[in-house]
Amino acid sequence: MSARFFLTKILRAVLTLLLVVSFVFIILRISGDPTDILLPDDASQDTIEFYRAQWGLDKPLYEQYFTYLANVLQGNFGESLRDHRDALQVVIERVPATLQLGFTALFMALLIGVPLGIYAALHRNSMADRLTMSFAVLGYSMPNYFLGILMIMLFAMNLQWLPSSGSATFWHAIMPVMTLALASPSSSAGALARFARSARLEVLSQSYMRTAKAKGAPYLRRIAWHAVPNAAIPIVTILGFKIGDLIAGAVVVEVVFAWPGIGRLLAGSVALRDLPVVQALFIIIATTMVLSNLAVDLIYGWLDPRVRGVMSGKAAA
Amino acid sequence: MSEQAEKRGGAKPGRSPFGPITRELSKMPLLVLACLGFFLLVIALSAFADILAPYHYAEQDLLQRLKPPVGFGGTSVHWLGTDELGRDILSRLIYGTRISILIAVVGTTIAAVLGTFVGFLAAHFRGWVEEGALMLVDFQASIPLMILALAVLAFFGNDLLLFMVIMGLNGWETYARLTRGMVLSAKSHGYVAALRALGAGPWRLYGRHVLPNIASAIIVQFTLNFPQTILLETSMSFLGLGVQPPLTSLGLMLGSGRDYMITAWWIAVLPGIMIFLTTFAVSMLGDWLRDRLDPTLRR
Repeated sequence: MSARFFLTKILRAVLTLLLVVSFVFIILRISGDPTDILLPDDASQDTIEFYRAQWGLDKPLYEQYFTYLANVLQGNFGESLRDHRDALQVVIERVPATLQLGFTALFMALLIGVPLGIYAALHRNSMADRLTMSFAVLGYSMPNYFLGILMIMLFAMNLQWLPSSGSATFWHAIMPVMTLALASPSSSAGALARFARSARLEVLSQSYMRTAKAKGAPYLRRIAWHAVPNAAIPIVTILGFKIGDLIAGAVVVEVVFAWPGIGRLLAGSVALRDLPVVQALFIIIATTMVLSNLAVDLIYGWLDPRVRGVMSGKAAA
Repeated sequence: MSEQAEKRGGAKPGRSPFGPITRELSKMPLLVLACLGFFLLVIALSAFADILAPYHYAEQDLLQRLKPPVGFGGTSVHWLGTDELGRDILSRLIYGTRISILIAVVGTTIAAVLGTFVGFLAAHFRGWVEEGALMLVDFQASIPLMILALAVLAFFGNDLLLFMVIMGLNGWETYARLTRGMVLSAKSHGYVAALRALGAGPWRLYGRHVLPNIASAIIVQFTLNFPQTILLETSMSFLGLGVQPPLTSLGLMLGSGRDYMITAWWIAVLPGIMIFLTTFAVSMLGDWLRDRLDPTLRR
């Protein structure tokens, strides 16, 4: 892979991150005196002075900006107003629960969605195809909080099969995972099925599929060796964008099922205006997103030789 | 009008001037037609909420608390039952639909106008304007708007106007990307060069000639974006961080109904069904429209 392709992508990611941090700095300054909003109401004069000096609030704006950048780079986001602990620490404690929920949901969505999409593509315009596509529309029209509540009513209250909230056991994870895997604008099983179907349809009409058939390769071999790897490329690409969707979905799903992840922490911190925690969460989520998109871009460039050519300025295929 | 139509099409006398519309409707699959009907109903409910709602959305009747809907032990005094403060669910549904639809219409329109404008700017000026626009697009695409919205509301406090403006950022980057690409491709067409040679300025060129050519794709994007804005607004209101009482929204009703799931399921379930049906209907219409308007999908 060409170095230029790598460098452009990395430079873009760094610039986007800089934009994220600058954005927080700007809204923090527009919304008022940071010591007012970031420190508890009962903070002593000494504490206020200490943070004024640490954040460089007595200095010109551009110096404040660099001080802010330096603080962010060191993971120094201030103290949580709720329990007076380091904001970054508060956030990091909640990360594993969200990763567990998000990745399991993504895995479930792929496990359900991709085979459905492939089946639909292979049996185009059949009843199964139409049902799959309706399932896709259902997936992105269904509000995740509503699906969650319906599940609680059915499985926790009526049938009493599953616990309605918390995260103590394996059984607690089933409803949140399924909610996140089934109802989401673009990362639901239905949306992935639809995507896999159209990626697959494109692949099926490519000339190398005809070549494989002409060579006399058997049906299953053509599907497994020629179609699947090629259809995988676009699916990998959209996964990068789905991660943001999963995080947004996790905010709601974690609240509905009292799942102790960063989504519930964010909703709670916004309601209480615990701004140091909100700030830390925002920057950490954005960084994760930018880095995962970068990773997807690089993997994509590595998987698809055509992209490398285009991105590095060589003639397109 | 109908005379002209008759002359032009050579139609038989007595034929309706709505011919093209009826023809288009008769080609719609039944499900899409039902979705269109439901969507028109939602629009009518939102527009005439004051006339249609039997009660005011905030009117409390503490003696009539938690009454079930008709068919589940309720009476026709409150067709869809009442909530924990004795407020009429049907009326709140109608007003909640109005607020949710209003926010979605305003939000989606802002996003469409803003995104399209940025796309035009990027394609017209190229160079650093385009680079800057693409960077903003990357920034927006890398952060889910819900997270951004929560952060902004935490810093500035909740306010309906601010909330609507934030909803107006939902998906703007998609329009910007789409418009930029289409305008760049339009610029390579002969008609643009011809208009330029004739001395057309950028406003005339883009407004009168390029925009009508790319409008169908933008309209399709609008119909896909609209239900997403409804879902975003209702999610935030559900969390208690969007529309604030005493106003009501479908998401807010559902959020407060959560506490009564065991005793009064209808408080949460009815607004949920309303949100689901609305987003489903608009999504189906959007899909249908895309299949009709996008020539690349017509295989």
